[in-house]
Amino acid sequence: MVYLTARSLRKSYGDHEVIAGIDLELKPGECFGLLGPNGAGKTTTLRLCLGLTDPDSGTISMFDLPVPRAARQARARAGVVPQMDNLDPDFTVRENLLVYGRYFGLGDEYINARIPALLEFAGLASRADDNIKTLSGGMKRRLTLARALINDPDLIFLDEPTTGLDPQARHLIWQRLRQLLAQGKTIFLTTHFMDEAERLCHRLAIMDRGRMIAGGSPRELVDTHIEPQVVEVFGDGAEAWAGAYGAGLSERCEKTGETVFCYARNVEPLLHDLEQRPELRYLHRPANLEDVFLRLTGRDLRD
Amino acid sequence: MSAKYWRLPQLSWRFAHVWRRNVMVWRKLAIPSMLGNLADPMLYMLGFGYGLGRMLPDTFGMSYIAFIAAGTVCSSTMMSASFEAMYSGFSRMHVQKTWDAIMNAPVTLDDVMVGEAIWAATKSFMSGAAVLLVAAALGLCQSALALWVLPVMLLTGIAFASLGLVMTALSPSYDFFMYYFTLFITPAMLLCGVFFPTDQLPQVLQHVASFLPLTHAIAMARPLMNDTLPASAALHTGVLLLYAAAGFYVALAMTRRRLLK
Repeated sequence: MVYLTARSLRKSYGDHEVIAGIDLELKPGECFGLLGPNGAGKTTTLRLCLGLTDPDSGTISMFDLPVPRAARQARARAGVVPQMDNLDPDFTVRENLLVYGRYFGLGDEYINARIPALLEFAGLASRADDNIKTLSGGMKRRLTLARALINDPDLIFLDEPTTGLDPQARHLIWQRLRQLLAQGKTIFLTTHFMDEAERLCHRLAIMDRGRMIAGGSPRELVDTHIEPQVVEVFGDGAEAWAGAYGAGLSERCEKTGETVFCYARNVEPLLHDLEQRPELRYLHRPANLEDVFLRLTGRDLRD
Repeated sequence: MSAKYWRLPQLSWRFAHVWRRNVMVWRKLAIPSMLGNLADPMLYMLGFGYGLGRMLPDTFGMSYIAFIAAGTVCSSTMMSASFEAMYSGFSRMHVQKTWDAIMNAPVTLDDVMVGEAIWAATKSFMSGAAVLLVAAALGLCQSALALWVLPVMLLTGIAFASLGLVMTALSPSYDFFMYYFTLFITPAMLLCGVFFPTDQLPQVLQHVASFLPLTHAIAMARPLMNDTLPASAALHTGVLLLYAAAGFYVALAMTRRRLLK
């Protein structure tokens, strides 16, 4: 069984092809992450899957229903946490959940019975009758997540769920998402935070300029695309050192800002050399998803 | 513009969810909202009606205040529908992204637009009805025939709501609505017979007025409040229906282009 399938999707705005032929598939119970820099096409992909915009070509189906033709019916079993909070500012916390449930055609009695548990889940039980305007950013996100659960969805879409949140608030959201996965929910999220993807996702796809450029589990991506060890070198003279010694002692050497990243399978010679140079500071760590991401999407700034 | 945006509207009862949401918000501020909506038309009606009316003989077949009461019922319906469809609609569509949130649920943009149009018409109906009630209390409605003004107001509300939603679909910001008020609503206030009969105007302006929806609303409301059946009611109803249907269709296509691209 597959919850969501997309085949050969393409979408252009004018001459700009924002989705340039992508395929994806989500199976029940998994957490799939779409990772990409700003403007990679992540949000457009979500909008296509939800039937909120039509692809130029390609096919989509959600719960075996054709999208966009039967997207409305498919959305009855989906929950959505958009990138920008769009809670209803005219309502209290509780009213937001009630009114949103009505959009699904749910009866007030059913919704009201669900609200206490959802408020508990969102950590907002004591704020039920407060106005949205009095909530912090983290509370609003949690309420948006609770709102997306009002119809007890099988598949939850989250578009950059923790962008703009402080570390405490992010950890709380992650914990809740893991709780949902443990309940058997399926999650499709987009993010540009590597730690988020690494912690939550069973499977990832890295997207850039409208294409999927790599896919697999976080571990597989690191194993396939990058040397296992990294030494970051910084301080005055790091660049000169890299040119004279670092490049020769590592398999690959890259510079971003004032930091030199040296990638290698065996970093002993590098570390030995650096110990002789007190003017340089360095950090030795295992390679992670961020290294993969930067390698595949480049180090130039995306605006 | 792509043909898919011009698909016929898909009507469903789901519009009621959107309508009901707006009612729920309105109820929180119902009293101040009603009083605010009533104050402006009342000042015009009473100020001009008594102030100017004292100097005028009953040349319109009725007292001047009765004349202007019928105009005010219709103009306040027009104003209320326009404000709701534009300023409030734009807030929900663009500023608060309420429509985006609704469309993530199993509700379509077509449902949202129908709900918004009917809500703006509902709100304008309440405004017009409040003015009508005051007019009746002042003895300015001659018979029960005045009750037929209620459906006229509903139709007028739908027509102006639809036209307002076209502006909302095209608007980059709140400032844009000033053009519509300056170029369309104010001329309607002055040319369509709210304050004086349209046949007082030069031929050219009478012609312009005959194409404006408010003219047709007033042409029905005024005789109905004065215990007379309006002449050419079918024509007036037809014009208002045409504005409502064409306006809604264009508004829907433009909003689809804006939000579903």
